[in-house]
Amino acid sequence: MFRRTSDIKGETVAIQFEGQRLTAPAGETVAAAVLANDPGYTRTTVVSGAARAPYCLMGTCFECLMEIDGVENRQACMTIVTDGMIINRQNRKREMQKWSKP
Amino acid sequence: MVETVDLAVIGAGPAGLAAATLASELGLSVVLLDEQPAPGGQIYRNIESFDAEALEEYLGEDYTKGRAIAEAFRASDAKYRPNSTVWHIDQDGSIAWADGSTAQILKAGRIIAATGALERPVPIPGWTLPSVMGAGAAQIMLKSAVMVPDGPTIVAGNGPLIYLVANQLYNAGAEIAAILETTRFRDYVFAAPYAFSAMRANEYLSKGAKLLQNLKKKGLKVQSAISNLAAHGDRRLQKITYTAHSLEHEVEANVLLLHQGVVPNVQITRQVGAEHEWYEPQRYWRPKIDMWGTTSIDTLAIAGDGAGIFGAEAAVLAGKLAALETAYRAGRINELQRDVQAKPLRREQHRIGSIRPLLDRLYHPSPDILAPDNDTLVCRCEEVTAGDIRKCIQEGATGPNQLKAYTRCGMGPCQGRMCGLSVTEVIADAQGKSAEEIGYYRLRPPIKPVTLGELAAME
Repeated sequence: MFRRTSDIKGETVAIQFEGQRLTAPAGETVAAAVLANDPGYTRTTVVSGAARAPYCLMGTCFECLMEIDGVENRQACMTIVTDGMIINRQNRKREMQKWSKP
Repeated sequence: MVETVDLAVIGAGPAGLAAATLASELGLSVVLLDEQPAPGGQIYRNIESFDAEALEEYLGEDYTKGRAIAEAFRASDAKYRPNSTVWHIDQDGSIAWADGSTAQILKAGRIIAATGALERPVPIPGWTLPSVMGAGAAQIMLKSAVMVPDGPTIVAGNGPLIYLVANQLYNAGAEIAAILETTRFRDYVFAAPYAFSAMRANEYLSKGAKLLQNLKKKGLKVQSAISNLAAHGDRRLQKITYTAHSLEHEVEANVLLLHQGVVPNVQITRQVGAEHEWYEPQRYWRPKIDMWGTTSIDTLAIAGDGAGIFGAEAAVLAGKLAALETAYRAGRINELQRDVQAKPLRREQHRIGSIRPLLDRLYHPSPDILAPDNDTLVCRCEEVTAGDIRKCIQEGATGPNQLKAYTRCGMGPCQGRMCGLSVTEVIADAQGKSAEEIGYYRLRPPIKPVTLGELAAME
């Protein structure tokens, strides 16, 4: 979707998107790091399951909601990558996790 | 313990930075909260970047002007809280915010909200496809990540920003396949009476002319008077179609960048219950303010594009005026000192503002997006079409708030930011009423997501 205009300069971090290992510059947003690697889409909608990707990149459209380090509903455009971060697409609606006796 | 300050500024764009800097110079205790990791807002985003040279080359000197504003703020005594998201403000000056680990309450004598603008959502067929995004979004990618759209890219809509973005992306190596604008000859005729007064801010006119000239030099043609723009593709954008001079056109594209001007971000002013008015030439809501930026709520002032679109330079002036009024109210300066310092600011504010009547009429939102087709999605979150809304109105829904109960329109995570303006337009049109009569959603806190973990960690 997007491409870097030059090679990554400075410090980098290693992240994982849908099981694929990626490198991103430190300080970059999750949305930018993912868009640089042709993700196709970043979530599917709650009602029809349609594919979506970031629209505004400034925190207002909420199209970039992803599952980041196991936490759902995070705005990828407002989250900075960290070393070892696990990022997944967010598919359909959120479900309450089954409660099991501790 | 609740932190107490004389002034809390929300937003670190030009208005917020200027307001915080001056207020702190005038002796007020100031805290500035911003949800981004670094100062600059969207217009001067990543202004402190180490990659400054590349950014200057791609973005131009208007962008680099922001550096001095950020430097002055850094040198001031104002307390800076980046990565801090405000999710509730109250009429008594209290602010609830969160930083990812804990939520906190701050009590301010006064609040200056400098929460800026967002791109007007552009509901066309296919606008929800991946790779269709705001032109401003591509600019953010360039500023913050030094990236450009990959493959054939189309910039479409209207306003000076489409020329600017096309130039900037081209400079950075993007492949601009087409620039399509909805502006027609009759828009120039309609705007012409405002051209004379716009001469007072002629630097904007020459900037615009230069942008067009630069596009020409690059061999980029602007196709005017287009309509019926639609995006097509299976799970991602593949092509676009549009009409120009009664002919259908089809262009393959990897990325479509939409733009129809920017509108005030009214989330915070609506949430706190300030009065708003409809600005007809640009068809947006803005909070009612006096000459110092004070809203109908005494403890709350608005500075910058959040109170109506005037651009970055006017935002700096508005920020300073709001800071002067706040210092006066706190007894740090007297009335005369306030007015003497305000005079040159106000003169410049009026001069810069004289470009707006022309721009606002020439680049008004196109009829297509004000009355979307029945099949076009208006609410992206809950997937509600313009046709669904029209059907509900026929069945007796009275306004935007009742529409929520019928369809969940506006109740998704974006809280109406993407659909609010369109919903007002579609209902007003269906009922034959004015936008002012229809009104807007009632917005409730939290206006930004806050986790239970953050709330639980509150002291």
